[in-house]
Parts: sequence; C-alpha cells; structure tokens
Amino acid sequence: MSGVARIWQAYQLRRKRQLRLGRALRKRRELQVLVNRTDAIRPRDILLFATLRNERARLPSFLAHYRRLGVSQFLIVDNGSTDGSADYLGAQPEVSLWHTTASYRDSRFGMDWVQGLLMRYGHGHWCVTVDADELLVYPHHDTRALPALTEWLEAGGEEMFGALMLDLYPRGPLDSVRFAPGQDPLEVLTWYDAGNYTIARKPGLEALWIQGGPRARAFFADQPARAPTLTKVPLVKWHWRYLYLNSTHALLPRHLNRIYDTEGGEKPSGVLLHTKFLPQIAAKSAEEKQRRQHFGEPGAFDAYYDALIAAPDLWTPASTPYRGWQQLEAEGLMSRGGWG
Amino acid sequence: MSGRLGFVMLVHTALDRAAQVARFLAASGNPLVIHIDARVGAAEHGRFVQTLADLPGVRFSRRHRCEWGTWSLVAAMLTAAQTLLDAFPRVERVYTLSGACLPLRPVADLEAWLDRHPDTDFIESVNVADVNWTKGGLSEERFTLYFPIGFKRNKWLFDRLVDAQRLLRTRREVPDGLTPHIGSQWWCLTRATLNAILTDPMRPHYDGYFKRVWIPDESYFQTLVRLHARRIEGRSLTLGKFDHQGRPHVFYDDHLQLLRRSDCFMARKIWQGADRLYAHFLAPRDAPLSDAEPQPSRIDRHFARATSQRIRGRAGLYMASRFPVANRENGKTAEPYSVFQGFTEVFQDFEGWLAAVANCRVHGHLFAPHKAEFAGREKIFAGGLSDSATLRDYNPRAFLTNLLWSTRGERQCFQFGPADTQGRNLDLLRFMATDSNAQISVISGAWAVPLYRAGGDFGTLRKEAARLQRIESQMLDLLQSPEVRARIRIWTMAEFLENPAEPLHTLFDEIAPHSQARLMRIPDLVDLSGFGTFLQALRNQGMQPVLMGDFPLTPASPDPSHRMK
Repeated sequence: MSGVARIWQAYQLRRKRQLRLGRALRKRRELQVLVNRTDAIRPRDILLFATLRNERARLPSFLAHYRRLGVSQFLIVDNGSTDGSADYLGAQPEVSLWHTTASYRDSRFGMDWVQGLLMRYGHGHWCVTVDADELLVYPHHDTRALPALTEWLEAGGEEMFGALMLDLYPRGPLDSVRFAPGQDPLEVLTWYDAGNYTIARKPGLEALWIQGGPRARAFFADQPARAPTLTKVPLVKWHWRYLYLNSTHALLPRHLNRIYDTEGGEKPSGVLLHTKFLPQIAAKSAEEKQRRQHFGEPGAFDAYYDALIAAPDLWTPASTPYRGWQQLEAEGLMSRGGWG
Repeated sequence: MSGRLGFVMLVHTALDRAAQVARFLAASGNPLVIHIDARVGAAEHGRFVQTLADLPGVRFSRRHRCEWGTWSLVAAMLTAAQTLLDAFPRVERVYTLSGACLPLRPVADLEAWLDRHPDTDFIESVNVADVNWTKGGLSEERFTLYFPIGFKRNKWLFDRLVDAQRLLRTRREVPDGLTPHIGSQWWCLTRATLNAILTDPMRPHYDGYFKRVWIPDESYFQTLVRLHARRIEGRSLTLGKFDHQGRPHVFYDDHLQLLRRSDCFMARKIWQGADRLYAHFLAPRDAPLSDAEPQPSRIDRHFARATSQRIRGRAGLYMASRFPVANRENGKTAEPYSVFQGFTEVFQDFEGWLAAVANCRVHGHLFAPHKAEFAGREKIFAGGLSDSATLRDYNPRAFLTNLLWSTRGERQCFQFGPADTQGRNLDLLRFMATDSNAQISVISGAWAVPLYRAGGDFGTLRKEAARLQRIESQMLDLLQSPEVRARIRIWTMAEFLENPAEPLHTLFDEIAPHSQARLMRIPDLVDLSGFGTFLQALRNQGMQPVLMGDFPLTPASPDPSHRMK
C-alpha cells in the first residue's frame, strides 16, 4: 500500500473510532442505573464488563469463575431480562448494574453500552469484556490469578491479551443433557474441536480472523465465510480512547489487535470457553430468530437458527474432552508465551 | 554463631511482603539494614517501620528516590551498606537483596555454607566485552556514553540522546585501572572487600564516572570488586532467571517444587500474591542444617522451554497468538509427510498396499474436488477436520497444517494430482514444495490413466486431458524451481513403469527406514494394455500428451509377481 493510502486509511479508522465513541456516549442515555457500586473500585482493580439478557442459569458459575480469577468489580448491563437475572445480580456485593430495554442490535449488539461504561470506569484498569457464556482460561489460571497475569503483561509492555473462542458441546443432541440452573456448564459441556481452525489476517485492522470449530463444520459447511469469528481480545488495559470495533473481535487503535507474533514466536494467549450450547439453546434460538437482534442481516442466519432449534448432535469421534489448560496449551489452542 | 552475616534490603513496593522477609531474616539473629525508596509515601513508610519496630537488629538507612537504571540505586546501596558496617562491627559478610526476594533455606544454612567458603566474594561480574546477554542493544555503550536521564522518565529523549551521542562519536574515558564488568546487583561480599570499595581514596572519582553510566547498579560493585577482592566467585547466590527481554522471570505458587529442588538460598523475584510460596518458605523450620549445594541449573529447563516457546514457537503451529509471516515459521508444518502423485493411478489399491507395508496413515486424494478422502473415508478426522470440500477449500493450506499438527507423531501420506484443489495460483503445492517436511513423489502423466479407464465421450476426455496436462506442467515447473525445500522425485510414467520396484524401494527407505518393505510384493499395476492406443488417439485428435514420456503403443507389462530387489 502506498504511503498516501496508508495515511488515508489511518485517518479513516481514527474518524471511525471517534464517531463510535461519540455514539457510545450518546447511548449511555439508554442506560438506567440500578445499583452503582463503582465507588468501591480501587486503582489496580481488575474490572469485568458484560451485557446480558436472561442468563440467570449461568450467572452463579459465571461470577464464581471470574471471582476466582481475581476480578474485583463487575459492571453489567441487563438488556431487559425477564428471568430474574437483574435481581440476582443486584444482590451481589461487587456488581454494579445498569438496565435498558433498548434494542440490542441498534446498540451494536450491546457493545455501545459496554463501551460507554468502559470509557467512564475502565480507564487505567485491566478490563475483561465478555458475554455471560464466555469463561476465560489461560495458562496457569488455576495457580496465578489475573493480577499476576496483568502485572506480568504490563511489565513486558503489553496492553492486551488475546484468546480463541472455543465452542464447547455435549455428547449427544444438544437437548439431551440435563443442566440444572446454577450448575457449572463445564460439567455438562465437555467436548470441543481441537484442530480445525482457519486463520486469515485482516490487512486493514491487522487483526487475525479465526473461524472453524463445530459451528463451522455443522452449520456453515456450505458457506464457510459466514462461520462465526472466533478471535477475541477479552482483556485490555483500558484507555478511554480505545474502542471495541466489532464485538470483542477487534479494537481500535489497530495495535491492540496484535495479539500474535509474526516472527515465529508465540505470544501468551488464552481461550474463552464458550458455553453457548446448553440445553436451553433450542428455546433461546427460537426466541432470537424471532427478535432478530443478533446479526447485521437478520434473515441470512435463519438456517443457522433452524439448525440450532433442531438440537443437533455436534459430537464426533474426533471430538476432544476438556481436561484443563495444560491440554489446551499442548494442543496449541493457547500459549504461555514466555510466561514460564 | 550468628550476627556475622548482615543483610542489605532495598524495598520499593509490596512492603507487607518485604516486612515478612525482614522478620524472617532478623529472626536468625543477624542484622538487617533496609532502604525504603523515598517515593514510598509517608504513611506507608511509617506503618512499615512500625511493623518492624520490635526487631533490635533492623535499621533503616537514609532514603534516596530510586529510579530504575540510574545512580540512585547505587547510592541507596552504598548508604545502606555503610550504615550496616558502621552499626554492626561484628558483621563479616554482607548480602544484598530486594523486597521481592524470598529466602528458600534457613539463614543458618547460608551462614554455615559461607563459613565453608572463607574470604570469598560472591558476585556475578562479567567483562562487558564478553557478554551477550544484555538486551536492548546497549552493552559497552553503557560505559562510553552519557546517560543524564533515566529510560523510564522519558523513553523518547533517552533514545534521542543515545542517537545524538552515536552521531557525535562520543566516547567517555573509563577511569584508569577500571575494566567495566556487569552482573546481578544481588551479591554477597566480605567486609574487607566492601570496606575497601567504600573507603577507596579514588571513590569520588569513580562515583562521578558511574553517575553517568547506564544501569550502574549492575556495574558499580561488579567493576570495583575486581580492584579489591581477594577471591571472586563469579555467581550470584540469589536465584534469578531472565526472559527473552532481559526481565527477571517471576516465581508463583506453582513454582514451589522447582524452587525447593534448586537448593538455592534466595530467589527473586517473587510475585507478591504468591501466598503459598511465602507461607512455605517463611514457615519456621526445625530441620537440621543442610549442606546441600545450590543448584540453580535445576530449574533452567522449565524457563528455557518457555523462552524458546516465546521466541521460536512450536513448528507447524498456527494459532491466535502465533501467525508467522512467510519464511518466519521455524518449520512450516509440524511433521514429515509424503505426497504421492500418480501412484493410485498406475497401481491397484496403492493406498491399501502402502498402509499395510508402512507404519503411517494413508489418505486418498485429500484435496479431491468432491471431498477430502481421509483414510478409512472418515467424515470427520483428527481435530475435527471435516471432509467437506467447501470447508477445506476455504483455506486449503490451513487444512493441511491442521491435519499435520493434529496427527503429530504419526506420518501422514496422501495422494495428490492435477485434478485436485490447488488453491489460488498453485498455492498449496507452492507451500508444500517449500516445506522441508514434505516428500513429494510424482509419476508425471499418470492422470491420463483414469481418463483412459473411464472411457466415454472422447471429446470430453480430450478436453479434460488437455486441462490436466496444463496444470501438471505448471506443477512440475514449480517443483523444479530453485526455492524448493521438499524432497522431490519426478519420473515420467514411461520411466517409472520400466522398473517400478526401484523407485518404490527408494521412497520406502525414507518413509519407513526399518520396515521390511523390500521383501514385500509390489502392488499390482492397473491394466494398461490399451493405454498406448488411447494416447495415440489423443494425438490423432490434435492433443499432444507429453508428460508421460515415450510410452510404447503396446507396453510390455513388468512381471507383477517379482519382488523388490
């Protein structure tokens, strides 16, 4: 690319970032505060940001997982839950809660709201931004809490930590397993695809575009380009200027997408265990298909929803049972980098 | 017989941990002087001093504002050392540590060990001309340029000042008699040596010089000790490992066993949240004295592995945090593999035969147009690879690297040919041809055999033959280009059929060196009795089949029952 084109591109991305940040500021008005415990945030705390809707069944294990990792404060937007999620969250000692019934899609799938909160409360903190069905694991997470990781990253001049989103699924049809609300989803969803991921580099953003996994092979075999993006940057030392561009797949400024080494080495990285495929998925998919809130072109994904509503069996003899981070690292799905 | 070993401790953060360590050291009956960074706030400082107020052997030295890489750290060390020597005349040895150090063995072990090594100074001190482990490009220049400001205060200005001095060819004079040495600032010196350094009449001159040296805390004592010491042992008694950026590795709870096994006296640096480490190593022990020798090398492998993973990565792995640009892969694929072109075409059940004679996984045409022909025609193969052609062709290269990564430890063999998916501009073959793990064997022109055997409309066959020949010609050009790194063998079909046993034999020696392949029957050839006529028919239609070589009109089939020789 010529120098002029490069400067023009940089300018456009900068402009885009500014517009999006402005939009997030405006969208803050859609949020109504229910519980605000942000006074309790101390300078080096690790914060977690999420937008969710009807996740009551996942919340206990979700909060427990991130508390164990050393998250100090949770800042959550409840997008009109009707299953008691808000009451449950409001009663937790370290949760600040906002409420909105505005459109999830019009808020860039909840990102505008989270962006506004990040801008206001995240500046200067290491921030985890995830969905309620995403559990972050990384090398040594069982013995080294997030503050150990973030201190080490920071000492090495890093500002972010990347992860692969790994779809977990049960053996047998998705609705054939039993899941009690509040149970740990990892007890039910125990399988994953270990080695069918494709990676391309998005030249403009310098981000990797990772696809694959069970959803690509089961639902998008005919149109792989539409298969979900699995690149994630869930942990960032936040600056108010930063912007999550497209879910948590990519950020601006672009250097935040360089979660990978291009010279042959491995940067440290983790895995987001994706617990989407709990038995409730069929009912949720039917609802989401109705609400049309999840994709840019709603109709285009009807076939995907129909397939999910039919509760398929994603398991194959080539599936791998989840046995912890050591295995994920050995399989090359995450890396300790130089964090020995 | 305690009280003869004195400690100097530099503290700037995690004061509660430093206090724990101070208490542990003081409990041995040995004195301790603590320097607290002047940047620590008054309240925090007061609390810290208060916590240790009950310990008579603990003193606090005059405080300096410490900035990494600058003279302030040496100044702090000098002040504290002077305080220690003045206040505790019985002290014979001085051991320096930081607030992030953790004693791994009882102090009595260390005292006894030092008694067995009298009059020895333990300090890492390497001639700067001989080091290769300084990171960031500055080694000798640390001593020959001026460094008026710290790197952390203004990185940009720091770099510009270095650039400017390089441009001006600045070259400071090293004071007479000094040879710059560098090393860890965590040392253990004898009173005599330390005293000689502190009272050297030339000290104001040396200090003036070192005030403008970069990272003097790693060179001041390390250089001056060479003037005064009687016996230097060039190592630090404090265990510390450095990563690829030259930063110290941090120890966490999961390193407990490693640290125990090292038998070192002290380790740094410890993560302040490592509750288990602090609880374990600072617990009162009444074990008998151990005279085990420190073995820092015992933990080397663990950290060397991490460092290598960070720098070189794992060959053949493409993932979220490793996506090398071309030719930086340190190995394009994970394992050696074999690609056969034209073999299934001329032999009957080549796959079955190969799988039976060689201990490897034999696939069909993995890149066949309709689907990936996995061994056993599995629908989903290792790692979750689908046999869907659309999925595979979305990123054929990733398909191959994934397969080879997921099947590490088992050699993969597959069939390939001009009728298969090639990727854009023969991308797939280009990738394999430049991969030193690939063994590519080609019987050129063999693609015509299935056409001949399929029969049907000759016009269609002729067109297909022309297409395949065009593709295979390009493939052969690529395989003969200078940048190839694979083991490549090419025979024309006519050449190959003259004596098929010989080439198979050669291939086998590479795939399965210890197998008994040479004793086995070679697979039967397909019936080629009308093939020469078929080729002639193509010629008659104006299509010139050349890649199979001079194929006779009526071939003399080799005796199918003969053995490989």
